[in-house]
Amino acid sequence: MSEATLSGPVDKEKRTWLIASCAMGGAGAVAVAVPFVQTFTPSERAKAAGAAVEVDISNLKPGEKLTVEWRGKPVWVVRRTPEQVAALKKNDTQLADPQSARKPDELTPVYARNEGRSIKPEILVVVGICSHLGCSPSDKFQPGAQPSLPDDWNGGFLCPCHGSTFDLAGRVFKNKPAPDNLEVPQHMYLSDTRLIIGEDKKA
Amino acid sequence: MAEMKEISPNAPLADKALNWVDNRFPASKLFKEHLSEYYAPKNFNFWYFFGSLALLVLVIQIVTGIFLVMHYKPDAAQAFASVEYIMRDVPWGWLMRTTHSTGASAFFIVVYLHMFRGLLYGSYRKPRELIWIFGCAIFLCLMGEAFFGYLLPWGQMSYWGAQVIVNLFAAIPFIGPDLALLIRGDYVVSDATLNRFFSFHVIAIPLVLLGLVAAHILALHEVGSNNPDGVEIKAKKDARGIPLDGIPFHPYYTVHDILGVSVFLLVFSAIVFFAPEAGGYFLEYNNFIPADSLKTPLHIAPVWYFTPYYSMLRATTDQMVYALAAIVVVASLWVLVKAKLGPVLKGLVVVAAAVLIALLLTLDAKFWGVVTMGGAVVILFFLPWLDQSPVKSIRYRPDWHKAIYAVFVLFFFVLGYLGIQPPTPTGTFIAQVGTLLYFAFFLLMPWWSRLGTFKPVPDRVSFVAH
Repeated sequence: MSEATLSGPVDKEKRTWLIASCAMGGAGAVAVAVPFVQTFTPSERAKAAGAAVEVDISNLKPGEKLTVEWRGKPVWVVRRTPEQVAALKKNDTQLADPQSARKPDELTPVYARNEGRSIKPEILVVVGICSHLGCSPSDKFQPGAQPSLPDDWNGGFLCPCHGSTFDLAGRVFKNKPAPDNLEVPQHMYLSDTRLIIGEDKKA
Repeated sequence: MAEMKEISPNAPLADKALNWVDNRFPASKLFKEHLSEYYAPKNFNFWYFFGSLALLVLVIQIVTGIFLVMHYKPDAAQAFASVEYIMRDVPWGWLMRTTHSTGASAFFIVVYLHMFRGLLYGSYRKPRELIWIFGCAIFLCLMGEAFFGYLLPWGQMSYWGAQVIVNLFAAIPFIGPDLALLIRGDYVVSDATLNRFFSFHVIAIPLVLLGLVAAHILALHEVGSNNPDGVEIKAKKDARGIPLDGIPFHPYYTVHDILGVSVFLLVFSAIVFFAPEAGGYFLEYNNFIPADSLKTPLHIAPVWYFTPYYSMLRATTDQMVYALAAIVVVASLWVLVKAKLGPVLKGLVVVAAAVLIALLLTLDAKFWGVVTMGGAVVILFFLPWLDQSPVKSIRYRPDWHKAIYAVFVLFFFVLGYLGIQPPTPTGTFIAQVGTLLYFAFFLLMPWWSRLGTFKPVPDRVSFVAH
């Protein structure tokens, strides 16, 4: 601006039009950016993929886990042994959110807001993706002291990425990088041995 | 408009051709300005090899990259197999691939050493702040290049590494989850993610990188190179206006750099030909397993050049956040008692500290981990203004400053080592100490860098002819 005043009087009208055209041009540039940014969002094909999956758990023995793919993510179905179910209560004092009170709408459907976070006490259904940065935790069902785990370990999951630990109800332990419990997906039983993941009676 | 320069009709053909070009394009002018009449200090030591070596590695990466793209398939169903195809079936494809993968690690080795040289000799101090800032931006681009490129082989480490880093963005309050979705282009890392990462890796970032490298060198040639003594050679010039301690970059340093290039290529080729995996540090063994979205490898760690920052991310647990809140309390109390500020400013500091503490205690530790990791890189940009020492070069600083640098480097290595290891309570504690020391080194620099007895800086560079 100082150069303009040095070389002569400012042509106010010309300046007004300069500002107006810059504003118009700027608005145009922003408008053009919109479709470019929109191409980054999930495509219609990606949105369409995500149907519910059916699982047969008749061959799942106590203490075993099976993994199914739902929306590209691993969903675990674990048949807990009676000892494992009994041990859940012992973890409560060491857990960050034992009552599944945090983000209940996203993480825990109404029918899973209990000690075992499950419809049936022995069957756990959770999305096997750590709430920290999305790794899939590994099974540490064996109780007792072992590397990276506390000495009074009652069985659960350990995330290999950043060391978060979860109990056998997918509840996260205190003072770990993961902020939340594992997500319990919408699910319901079609029969005693058949389970559908991604849908429940509400839907 | 420049006048046409005439040349004798009897001049050799080559001279006539050059004259023809020079009348239309500043060929000779550019050569002189940047090479034959660019005067660099004569006392460069081996630390000054790494700038030209970084340029060499950039060329290696671009050339091998072009040839790899000719055979690679950016498709989740074919990517892993196409890399194996390059390794096994494409004639000499293995050489292109191992040179490119070794080049990635070599790039970081060379650039870390290049940055450390800047730190030692105060090369970021006035008037070289912009050179340093362009350099930090190059470092950021390199990290982006490395991250996007690492997804392309579509192995287990590619997949889960990308999953973790993209989820870092999901930790940002409010906009995070949508931002992560925007980066992935899907609800999980998938084909859409692979395709866009490929585009960033081969087009977008290299273009930005080349622009920044040009800006870095132009800014350097505008102000002239620093040197191990931190003396401005332009302060003492001869009758022709040439710095007394300067020598033309070409031929002196071009020939000198050939030595650096030879030694570098000797080591580089040895790795490429005999140990391209470098014991799992340059190419991680788990990445030879195709990506499986249902199973995270039992031990996951980033490639070595990211591990110091990865350690800082892992170190930010709830306890660490409490420690940070305590530090904010102490710092704001110190401002209240010691700083010479008006009551309004002090009030503002207290309010800002209170807000920060409230945020520290309410937002997830995971978000602060991301802030810590990002902050560790961003803080480098501010180095020119953090360093308040009266001399540039480490040579004329008090001896205990060298100890501070040594501790800083030691902990950078320790953080790097811990980032490779599985997490343990002791390791996390050491990483927390290391993280705090890393930030203390920079944030307390305005104070410690002024303290002590500095040695007198000579007028001319110290140089012994050999």
